[in-house]
This record gives sequence, structure tokens and C-alpha cells, in this order.
Amino acid sequence: MKGLEWRRFSRAPSEGMGRKRSFWSGLHLDPWLLLLLLSLMGAGLVVLYSASGMSLAVALGQASRFGVALLAMFVIAQFSPGTLYRWTPLAYCLGIAMLLAVEIMGDIGMGAQRWLEIPGVIRFQPSELMKLAVPMMVAAYLYKRSLPPSIRDLLICALIIGVPVMMIMRQPDLGTSLLVACAAVLVIFLAGLSWRVIGLLAVLLASALPLLWFNMHEYQRQRVLTFLNPESDPLGSGWNIIQSKTAIGSGGVFGKGWGLGTQSQLEFLPERHTDFIGAVLGEELGLIGMLVFLALYVLIVGRGLFLANTAQDTFGRLIGGSIVLTFFIYVFVNIGMVSGILPVVGVPLPLVSFGGTSSVTLLVGFGILMSVHTHRRLLPR
Amino acid sequence: MRKRRDPIKDTAREVRVFRARSLLAALLVLLMAGGLGARLFYLQVVEHDVFTTRSEKNRVRVEPLPPTRGLIYDRQGKLVAENRPTYNLTIVRERVKDIDATLDRLVDILGLDETQVEAFRKRSRQRQRPYQPALLMSDLNERQIARLAVNRYRLPGVEVEAQWLRHYPDPKIMSHVLGYVGRINDQELASLDSGNYAGTHYIGKTGIEKQYEKALHGQAGLRKVETNARGRVLRELERTPPEPGKDLTLTIDTQLQQMAYDLLDGQRGSIVAIQPQTGDILAMVSAPGFDSNEFVTGISYKDYQSLQQDPDLPLFNRAAHGHYPIGSTIKPFEALAALQNRVVTPEEVIYDPGYYKLPNGTRHYRNWLRWGHGRVDLERALAVSNNTYFYTMAHRLGIDDLSSFMHKFGFGEVTSLDVQGASSGTVPSREWKREKYGEAWYPGETLSAGIGQGYWMVTPLQLATAEATLANRGNWVRPHLAKRVGEASVEPPFKNTKPDVKLDKDVWWDDVFNGMQKVVSGREGTARHIGQGLQYEMAGKSGTAQVFSLGQDQKYDADELKERLRDHALFTAFAPVDDPQIAIAVIVENAGGGSSHAAGLARALADEWLLSDDENTHQAEELIKEDVEVEGT
Repeated sequence: MKGLEWRRFSRAPSEGMGRKRSFWSGLHLDPWLLLLLLSLMGAGLVVLYSASGMSLAVALGQASRFGVALLAMFVIAQFSPGTLYRWTPLAYCLGIAMLLAVEIMGDIGMGAQRWLEIPGVIRFQPSELMKLAVPMMVAAYLYKRSLPPSIRDLLICALIIGVPVMMIMRQPDLGTSLLVACAAVLVIFLAGLSWRVIGLLAVLLASALPLLWFNMHEYQRQRVLTFLNPESDPLGSGWNIIQSKTAIGSGGVFGKGWGLGTQSQLEFLPERHTDFIGAVLGEELGLIGMLVFLALYVLIVGRGLFLANTAQDTFGRLIGGSIVLTFFIYVFVNIGMVSGILPVVGVPLPLVSFGGTSSVTLLVGFGILMSVHTHRRLLPR
Repeated sequence: MRKRRDPIKDTAREVRVFRARSLLAALLVLLMAGGLGARLFYLQVVEHDVFTTRSEKNRVRVEPLPPTRGLIYDRQGKLVAENRPTYNLTIVRERVKDIDATLDRLVDILGLDETQVEAFRKRSRQRQRPYQPALLMSDLNERQIARLAVNRYRLPGVEVEAQWLRHYPDPKIMSHVLGYVGRINDQELASLDSGNYAGTHYIGKTGIEKQYEKALHGQAGLRKVETNARGRVLRELERTPPEPGKDLTLTIDTQLQQMAYDLLDGQRGSIVAIQPQTGDILAMVSAPGFDSNEFVTGISYKDYQSLQQDPDLPLFNRAAHGHYPIGSTIKPFEALAALQNRVVTPEEVIYDPGYYKLPNGTRHYRNWLRWGHGRVDLERALAVSNNTYFYTMAHRLGIDDLSSFMHKFGFGEVTSLDVQGASSGTVPSREWKREKYGEAWYPGETLSAGIGQGYWMVTPLQLATAEATLANRGNWVRPHLAKRVGEASVEPPFKNTKPDVKLDKDVWWDDVFNGMQKVVSGREGTARHIGQGLQYEMAGKSGTAQVFSLGQDQKYDADELKERLRDHALFTAFAPVDDPQIAIAVIVENAGGGSSHAAGLARALADEWLLSDDENTHQAEELIKEDVEVEGT
């Protein structure tokens, strides 16, 4: 066995496409991943244009955000994993500081506060940064430890994860906090967390569920209840789920046609160009459209996991694997939500939903992945 | 063998573990993606039809198109029930940013009170779907509409809606004939054809409006429209136009009706006038009336209570439901019964000492004239309304023969075609009494019945109907209020609903008519005071219905009795005798004797109908109109 296939793939650029290898390597980009991402973003823009009610402004705005995000990806990819590793603690501490700032502002201002804003200049969601900074911090910590992680390592990791996650949860943004935690836990999982501990944690989590329930905000509980029985409040909180399922279901195999979805275009579908864009896709382009997008996502994840495996050090591997798998979790949670198998949480459909911040975060993540893949030392360490 | 291992990094192992874990993760990813695919397959293929239906139901709304209610005209073509545009103020809650500020503003602009605002809030909560407008205020006046128009830009989500509302131009006099429409209540809703009434808010509650509800309402249409989630109509997909309700033409003559109402002059009572040849009800008045328009716009509970508790019972249709003893107005019919049953001849003279005594009896049944009329034949008996004569007739006939003869004239049953909820009244008989009270019939009761007292209960409508049949010499016509429904004239089963009243000798009619004519025109006639200057021949009969029973030998003293216990005054008449154009029944409650208090009203009404130039021109106009219509079709 000996990872024969891995090797063949990893050597392919150096042997088969001599000049190209140096070209893409020089750019620190992976052409396959880039192609898949660009396809996804292109197709996403087409869906978004329809979902926004044929608003060119929305589509162009998204395209320009994609431009910024691609640029960010390119820039990040130029840094070596070593550099990224060195900057990780700083990014993590900065994130914690900003979360603190948000919390203080939230206390002063009104209610839920997720944004950090210099009016007119920039608006920034610290939890977005934490989506990358927390798993990177965990990876950086574990990188220095002997793996699989010991109990003591796990406790320290729990601390690294727990502090920011709790702060995000208090914003309150349960969805994001869970995703951040998830990304970090994936790092530990990939680092070789023993199955016994996994089993133990699963039991603990299951018993913690009731505790979580009692710590939820009323609207969050409502969401879960509505998810369990959307018909109980068809005009209120059940509306989103019912309309979304109706949109997808009525799309059938081939869909109603691009721009012709009655659920989407007649505004029965809420948040149709953000969180519920998947329902527009399902309604207008049908099962086939859905499967094409799903296939793109799976291919991206597949390529990403491959790239992570080619990384030369554990930090790169762990962070790369976590980024890719987290990306898929977004996809799963979002499509699960619009198709009614998961409760409504504010998770966008990656690179399709309207929104700049999340696109930037995602592509920065892929930038890290590409950096991990393309920066190779000549000699193993 | 537990030795703490040195934390030395084993890179190769880390790579191996990572590969295994990422392979596992890849498998999980495929599994989850497969799960999503399966879920999508379930929604989009297996349950596709369910969701297609649901999505269509979302998008397509079927809106009922209510038909416009048919108009109602009187026999002269005067509009008596019309549809008036009214304007209602509604608010679409979802379009209003600050509902309290908007309501405050509207309170300023329109002068709303707190109950209206509260009612709006309640209606707003009870809506079926988002973006459904809720009513804030109905029937805006022009001033309010203008003020709203000026402030429109400050009031997003506030709309003025036009709606047709029933309006009765002559509410008081026509209230009992027409009845009224009102908002459909839950009980009615349950029994209605929900499709046809989907867009209709009003339904005929009483009177003609109820009786001809089906024709007046028409057939609802519908349109299918595509709407967005806010309920805004984007386009019309399909349309079936409504079929408007049929216009109704009544037999009522508003002018005559008005006059009859005015003649009652604030007294409680009822006047019914029927055209004998046709059965057309020319006037049907119950006084006091009420303002039927209040019921259309929605009468307040307080006003409704005060109407209901009014001792004069303005909501009660006396003409159709009022039960009165028939009194002496029974006598012409009784005379015919006696003749037909051969218990008397027109010429037979009966001596009246001022009372009648049953054979073997001791009780004196008194004539109204204490000292008696002396020698009385049939004609004189009618003219002076002699009681002794008719005690005798009743005794000779027996109650059962008298009753069955009265039935022929429509007493004791509902004969009218379309008078809503008309009562049948009571015609006493042995069997009736046994059933009702479980008691035997006493001979004395036959005597009371002979002068129209006792158990008799008749409605003014029945009395007028019987009078019309009498005027027709027994030819039965069915009284009715509708002349034409839509284009087609109502062809009520005029004939054959009841057999005509046949007498063995036709001349007996004349004998009775002569007596009745003497009532008005005779030297001794009980209503001779109305006969002066009469330009046509009129047959009449006065009656007095006892409200209060007098003991034997007690003398009736009108002054001593409280007003409510005074006798009802009755008068029936038809004219002209040789070619009857109008049959009239007048009842004035607690007015005293019929000859003095009701007869004059009948005369005035007959004068109006027979002599007024207006009527001639109206009739001519009607003829011309009918000709034109024939030419047109």
C-alpha cells in the first residue's frame, strides 16, 4: 500500500507538467482547487442573480466581493505555513480582544452585537476571524506536542476552544460558535484523538444536551421546536421551513427554470438570496442542479483533503484538513436546513449565498490550504 | 509496566494517523452528501406532487367576485332598495412601520373613538394570513375621505376601500315589507352555499330581502390570481364573471303605502290593501316601523335593545304576524256560511230584544245596543252589526260548519305567496280545542265565536286576503308582494292554490254586499259617517276586537280602561262594489270601536287608490312601459 496513489498524485506536477508546475507553484496556487472554486463561484453567481430577483447590483456586488476574497486567498497563499504558524497566536489573541470589544459594546449598545465597526470604513465580525484562528491555534499547539494528544493536551485545547466559543455564544450566535468549535474539534480529531475519548465525549455531549437547552435563548429554543414540528406555527417561525421545503419539493427533477421559481420570485421564500438560496437552487434548477452543486462541493472537499495530505508538516496537515471539512459542514448544515432535516441556523451556503465576510473567510481558508500545499521545503525536517 | 513515555514526536506515525483519519472523514463526507442527495430525492421526486400543490396554493389565490344585489322597485318603478357605494378604511398591518403612531394620526384625522381602535386591533389579530387588510372604520363620509386623501403620503398601508351597501330610501314605511339585509352571522354561514357567498358579506334577514334572497343575491363569480407573499395581485390567470342578482318589482305602491302609514298617525296598527283581481298587495303597513338602514350598517347593541324593548314593538310585523280577534268583521263571512248551509234565508227576520239566550240557557248574550235592534234581516244585521242575529246564526251553524267555511277564505292557514314568516292564526273548532286544551267545546263559545270574539286569531293580511276573495265573489287569488323577478313577471300560482268559494246561489253574494254597502252608506250603517261624499260604492264592515273580557252585565267604559286594554278597532272594506279595485283591512290597536277609529282610514285609502289622478297616470305609464318592453323583446 504505502500511500502509492498519494505519491503519484503529488509527484504528477513535478514530473508530467514540468513548466506548469513551476508556474502554479510559483503562484502558490493549486490549479484544480482554483478551477473548482471558480466554477462554484460562477454557478453561485448565476443562482444569486435569480435569487435576488434579477438584481444586477446584488450579483455584481457579490462578484466584486469574490474578487476581494480571491485576492485575499492569493495573498495568504504566498505566506509559508511557517509564517502562518508564527502569526497564529497573535491572530488568536487579536480575535479574543475583538470579541471582548464586541461584548463591551454590546453591553453598552443594544442587545445582540456581532459586529465591530468603524463607521464608514469597515465593518468586521470577529467571529469570522475566529473560524480560522481557533482551529489554527489548536493546530499550532498540537504541532508542538507529541501525537496523539494526551489528556493534558486535550484540556489545554479545550481551554483554547472554550473561551472564544463561549464568547461567541454570548453574542448570541449559537450557530457560529458551534461551527468554530467544530472546526477546532476536527483538528483534534485529525491529530488522532483516541476513539475512547471520542466515545466518552459523545456520551458527555449527549448528556449535556439538556443543559444546552436550558441555556438557549427563547428564539433558539423556538427554532428547535419549530424544526421538530414546523406545522405548529405555519405563519410564524414554521414559515421558513415550510416554504423552503415547498420550494425545493416543487422544483422536481428538472426545476421550474432559472428565474421562474414561484416560491422564490414571489417572495414566499424568506432570505432567499442569503441563507435560503439553496431552496431557490432546488426550485429553479431541480434535483439535477442540486446534485451538480453537491458534486462540486464534494470534489472541492476531496481535492482539499488530498492537498492537506501532501502537507509537509503536521500544522499544515491539521489546519488544511480542518478547513476543508469545516467547509463541508457548512454545506451540510445549510442544505440540511433548507431541506428540513436540520433546524434553522444562520449558516450560509458557501460561496453561493450573498455575503462578503463569509466568502473572504472561506477563500482565506483555501489560501492557507494552498500555501500548505505549495510551500515545500527541499529537505524533510 | 506503566512508564511515562517521553513526548518524542513520531512524524511518520502522525502522517499515518492523519491519512487514516482524513480517509475516514472523506468517507463520512460522501455518506453525508449521499444523505443530502437522498433527502433531496425524497423532496423533489417522491413528494414532488405534494409540494407542487402546496406551491400552487401559495401562488394562486381564488378570489370570489361577489355579485351585485338586485334592486327592488315598487309597482310604479320607484326604487325602494338600492345599492349605495360606501367607503371603508382598512389597514395592512405589515405595511405600517409604527402602528400606534399611525392609529394616533388617524384618530386625529377621523375622530375615531377608543372602541373602534380596540375593535381594529382585535380584527388585526384574527387575520388568516399576513398582508390581509383589517377594517378600521366603515362608511366614511366625504369629508373624512378628503382628509385621508390629503394625508395619504403620511399613512402608508392605510387604504380606503369601496363597497356597495344596501340602502332603503323609505325605511320607516317599507321596513316590514322589505325587511333588511345584515352581516352574515355564523349560524347562517353554516347553512349557506359557501362558494356562492364567499365574497358576500350581507344576506337578507327578514321580509322580501329574505324571501327573495336567492334571486336578489345572484351567482358569485371568481377569479384566479397570482399573488406574491405579500398578497399583492400580480396578474389575473382566470376569470368567471359574477351573475348579478335579479331586480325585483313589488306589487306595493309606495305612495299608497306612505299614505297608509301616515293615516295610522303614530298609532300602533296595521293596514293591508290588496288588489282583488290579481292578489297584488298594494300596501302592507305595520306601525310603528323602524329604520331598516340602521341594520345594514350594523346597529349598536344599545339601539337594538331599545328597539326590542320598545312597548310599541316597532320590529314586530303586525301585518303578517299580529294576531287579533276578528271581531265583527267576521259577520259577512258568517252570513255567507249561514246562507250556504241553508240555516237562514236572506229574507228571514229575527227579533232582537237586545240579547240572545241559548235554548235552556240562562245567560244573556248581549247585543252591543242594550235595547236591541228589533226586527233584523240579513242585510240590516250586517249594516247595524247586530249581535243577536249572528248569535243565532252561529248557534244554527255550529262551530264546526262555521270554521270550515272560514277556512275557505284562508283563515287559519298561510295563503300568501311570499310574505316572509306569515302566521296562520287560529280558527277555533271542536277538534282544535280538544287538541289544544284537551277540553270539550261549550255551546256558549259558539256564540262568542259568532261575533268574532273568543279564540279567533287573524292577521291583518289574512283579513285583507279574505276581503279580496269576498270582493271577487269567491274567486281565490293568492296574495303576493313580488310582481316581477328580473325580466320575468312573477306568475304565482294565483289560481288553484285554494279552491274558489262556491255558493249555491250567486245572488247571495249580492245580499251580503248590500248589507256591507249599508254599513257605509245606509241610514243605520255603523260606519255611515265615512259614507258622506263617497264617489263610488263601497262595501265595508266594522269590527271591535276585545282585548279585555267583560263579565256578564258589565258595561264597557273606555275611559276607565287603561289604554293598552282598550279594544282594537277593525275595519274591512272593498270598493267599488261592482268592480272591486281594492280590498282593505285596517286594525288600529287599542283605539276603541272599529267604525269610529278604523273606518275613516279605509275610506281615505280607497279614495287615494280609486280617485287620485296620480294613480291613473301611473297606471297609464305602466301600460306604456310594458308596451315598450314587449316591442323591445
